Amino acid sequence: MFTSISFASILPEILILIVGMLVLIIEPFWKEEKRRNVGWLTAGGLFAAMLISFLAGQPGAPTSALGGMIRFDWLGFFFKMLFMFAGAATALLMMDHEQLGKRGEAYLLLLASLIGMNLMAVSSDLIMLFLAIETASIPLYALAGFMLGDDKSTEAGFKYLLFGILTTTIMLYGFSLVFGFSGTTDIYQLAEMFRVGAIAPLAAFGILALILVGIGFKVAFVPFHFWAPDVYEGSPTPVAGFLSTASKAAGYAVLLRLFFIAFPEPSLSASWTTTLAIIAAISMIVGNLLALPQTNIKRLLAYSSIAHTGYTLIGVVALTQLGAASVVFYLAAYILTNLLAFGIAMAFSKATGLENIQDYAGMSRRSPWLGLMMLTAFLSLTGMPPFGGFVAKVVVFAAGIQAGYVWLVVLGVITSVIGAYYYLNALKFVYLYRMPNQDEENHPIPLSRPYAIALVALTLGVILIGTIFAPWFNWSDAGALNLF
Amino acid sequence: MVPLSWYLIFSAALFSIGLFGALSRRNLVAILLGIELMLNSVNVNLVAFWRYGDVTNITGQVFTIIVFAVAAAEVAVGLALVISVYRKRNTVIADEIDMLKF
Repeated sequence: MFTSISFASILPEILILIVGMLVLIIEPFWKEEKRRNVGWLTAGGLFAAMLISFLAGQPGAPTSALGGMIRFDWLGFFFKMLFMFAGAATALLMMDHEQLGKRGEAYLLLLASLIGMNLMAVSSDLIMLFLAIETASIPLYALAGFMLGDDKSTEAGFKYLLFGILTTTIMLYGFSLVFGFSGTTDIYQLAEMFRVGAIAPLAAFGILALILVGIGFKVAFVPFHFWAPDVYEGSPTPVAGFLSTASKAAGYAVLLRLFFIAFPEPSLSASWTTTLAIIAAISMIVGNLLALPQTNIKRLLAYSSIAHTGYTLIGVVALTQLGAASVVFYLAAYILTNLLAFGIAMAFSKATGLENIQDYAGMSRRSPWLGLMMLTAFLSLTGMPPFGGFVAKVVVFAAGIQAGYVWLVVLGVITSVIGAYYYLNALKFVYLYRMPNQDEENHPIPLSRPYAIALVALTLGVILIGTIFAPWFNWSDAGALNLF
Repeated sequence: MVPLSWYLIFSAALFSIGLFGALSRRNLVAILLGIELMLNSVNVNLVAFWRYGDVTNITGQVFTIIVFAVAAAEVAVGLALVISVYRKRNTVIADEIDMLKF
């Protein structure tokens, strides 16, 4: 039965689909030089979709919709809003990219991937979940390899595809075993099946390990992180930003819903929380240490994103309501901050064609505002008040302490200090160093209107989430409540 | 009737062969073939579990059909990317595609 609830539960996806169709219809009618306006259409359409869903599609009490395929609750709704915001910002950043900006299909792939991510956040059935993950991933493989004339981009696209389909297939094998042992694919019934204890703990742990491989690829935690630096470096910068934020957050949405709902049994959760705690520790160490010697800004951000996966995992490991809320809050702050960082890298390489950290020398004199935004982004990534990253780290560490993972939190603090070194090192080039001829005023960095809008909005978001954090945390908490 | 475990052993073997192929072959097309084998082992699993479980519940069959469709989409994008790599580099050997590394 198609009721108003089932309509409201997929309202954002319907609206994204409409925006996508508008892009397809309108794009051929625009002349080549006007075609970058598709970016305005995409971003504006996504903001309209966010507004309409916020006014008309708010969830009430958690309900199942569309034959138990979709769970309509605040957790999914909050994630959907985050993804759509990230998508709109990415569309704006794509507009002035040489190979992406004037191609309607790039925006369409972005929108298709967004539909998949939105569904990942709300899927309550393994079949739907698999379909959503693939809907989110396949357009991203194409986007990563979008620049056909570029050696690095084609290679990045192919590497991303190989890692992606290999790990997803391993996860799918896990799904097939879950279905076989429990006889159901409904995530909310799985918990019941696993509670009965029909499955030996060791077999259940094996299945969970298979599923973790697929999720590990999505969120790029340590044994499955190898693709991240290569793909971020090779793929178009706005796409890399999208991969490191929305795609990663979608992986966490799946991790939260699947593991918190289906496998919270103490006999079972002890094994996977221990595994994830070890993975979190290694991710923090490896991500931060490997970021130290990087010279390319995109690779630096890739390793820093692996480290941030480790911090976020602390909230998952805690397996409490505060833990889930802290994960959602961390992702909100992280999406804003990292999109800002990638946006700055994009704006800088658009103006200069350079991507190395040494090339940022004298940037604060070339463009004071861009320098200030970079300060905001990198200090937020470091975890300094009054930016979003600070509050996010505080809540995640609080959740870890509350659940008794003191060693993990201590490790998190130590690795944050290591992280401060390479973030501040990049800022050193921006603020203290000068260009070789000391003639910065002759080399300004022009910011076109879409960049200015996207970067200012993201900067304000980072500051807002770090200063007025109570409403954001309340929303995260309302979402986390749906998991228990 | 053949017991369920035979199907599961068969699919596990198929999965392992596919995984080994995907990890050890150097030709990009052969890597994709290995992944296809793994996807087929998933299908064998799903159909066997459906047949030996509640036959009136068609979840397993629906899952299998969706896996087919998605596998086709994945390989379509995969082969398109192989062609774009080949046009750029004139090779489909994984070891020779090594611009991006630490």
